[in-house]
Amino acid sequence: MFTPPPTNGVVPSVPFVYLDSAASSQTPESVLAAMDAYYRECRSNVHRGMYAVSEEATKRYEDARAKVAAFINADSDEVVFTRGTTESLNLLARSLGGLLGPGDEVLLSAMEHHANLIPWQQIAKQRGYSLKFIPLDSEGLLDMAAAEKLITPRTKIVSVIHASNALGSIVPVKELFALAKKVGATTVLDAAQSVGHILVDVRDIDCDFMAAGAHKMYGPTGIGLLYGKRQRLETLEPMLFGGDMVIEVKRDDATFTDVPWRFEAGTQNIAGAIGFGAACDFITGIGLDNIRAHERELAGYAIEQLLATGVIVHGTKNVDKRVGAISFTLPGVHVHDMATILAREGVCIRGGHHCVMPLMRDMGLPGTSRASLGMYSTKEEIDALIRAVTKAKQIFS
Amino acid sequence: MEDELYKENIMDHYKHPRNAGVMAGATFSRRELNASCGDELEFFVLLDEAGKVSKVSFNGQGCAISQSATSMLTEKVEGMTIDELKKLLPEDVFTMLGVPVDTTRIRCALLGFKALKGGLEVYLQK
Repeated sequence: MFTPPPTNGVVPSVPFVYLDSAASSQTPESVLAAMDAYYRECRSNVHRGMYAVSEEATKRYEDARAKVAAFINADSDEVVFTRGTTESLNLLARSLGGLLGPGDEVLLSAMEHHANLIPWQQIAKQRGYSLKFIPLDSEGLLDMAAAEKLITPRTKIVSVIHASNALGSIVPVKELFALAKKVGATTVLDAAQSVGHILVDVRDIDCDFMAAGAHKMYGPTGIGLLYGKRQRLETLEPMLFGGDMVIEVKRDDATFTDVPWRFEAGTQNIAGAIGFGAACDFITGIGLDNIRAHERELAGYAIEQLLATGVIVHGTKNVDKRVGAISFTLPGVHVHDMATILAREGVCIRGGHHCVMPLMRDMGLPGTSRASLGMYSTKEEIDALIRAVTKAKQIFS
Repeated sequence: MEDELYKENIMDHYKHPRNAGVMAGATFSRRELNASCGDELEFFVLLDEAGKVSKVSFNGQGCAISQSATSMLTEKVEGMTIDELKKLLPEDVFTMLGVPVDTTRIRCALLGFKALKGGLEVYLQK
């Protein structure tokens, strides 16, 4: 079902142990086939052509939208295709932040990825609203008591990460957003690390908006989604303008088309969207429950084995409250050195600040080493990780 | 598996860095930051009346590659003239390390070099 690189690319004899799915996942054959089929069977633009091939391309593109929508329990016209989570969050920050002013507050968590921090931060400079941050508890979980105090009538937007890419913590967003709703705040969910790992049901969570990407859930790069409740999308200002999102254009003004196409200016990543739909089929075919059960158990094993080597494992050890992104540090071994030594053993992890510099600063660390699981990760691969970490420890002892 | 990059002399310089410490009264110094990891380093140079490097030190924290490369660099530049400092190239750092450096670690290996050259450039402009 997958054909990942057979070797680690550095030394031909060393096998490829990919523990960096939180950075990007491997791509199943079915997803590659769906994208390839677009290019070979119905290569044309969508929504415009009056010939069969264009109609076929349009059908596949819109079917993909329906699949993605069903995957998150939304309606098709509530799903906008974007370049990825980051673009979706930028659009929201511009459009929603653009309506705020001095005295208003946007509430984030202390563990936001730069994609859900910097856009809000930069628009705040223009609009004059304040950013507030919900702290974490000693386990790296969101401090819900603190959250309750921070949500006040001044809070206009609550935008949080669903699953931390650095600590793995799952945020109880349904409960958090219920608190936000009481003060009439708009709720935004950054689901980049949760889709494909745990259930993300936008109706159940009842978020106003959600952003996610395909490439961390076995889909291609360069495509993602913005979900918004229909009435919220209706009043959202587009960020990108051009062809395909207009009804009538004069020289001095234009009228925009319906939601969601209003937010899809220009030719989209058609193959990417089709691949995204195929990735949803792939996950549904295996069963998200099964994926979650597998990753949960493997995360438990990985944490236990890592602790046995003497490294510090960050975040909660409770596998019910976390996903399989596992950060660890070994005092005396810089994260870059750990990553390089592991790479030479064929083990691919990530070392650095993981685009959560403020969180790293809070933790007093320049960065961490992070091993992250995908549905294809195995116990043998964790064992290879442990052997490599042990070797790194020996080199630096 | 034989790991060249972490061979003995590099680990030796990492564990026992030469010329480590802040230098008061340096002729020039410069701080550099490795954006990809947050490692930082300050490089200090004292020139004598003849314009030769009489004292050199570095202060900072970071990975084995950045620390050992900088430590080796301080030993290399001791006694150099300004002209020789100007002629130093990144290739000289790699030759000095004696092992191939992964593309992703080049920034680490050159952090001290970057600080030295940056400080020198500012000094020469005065």
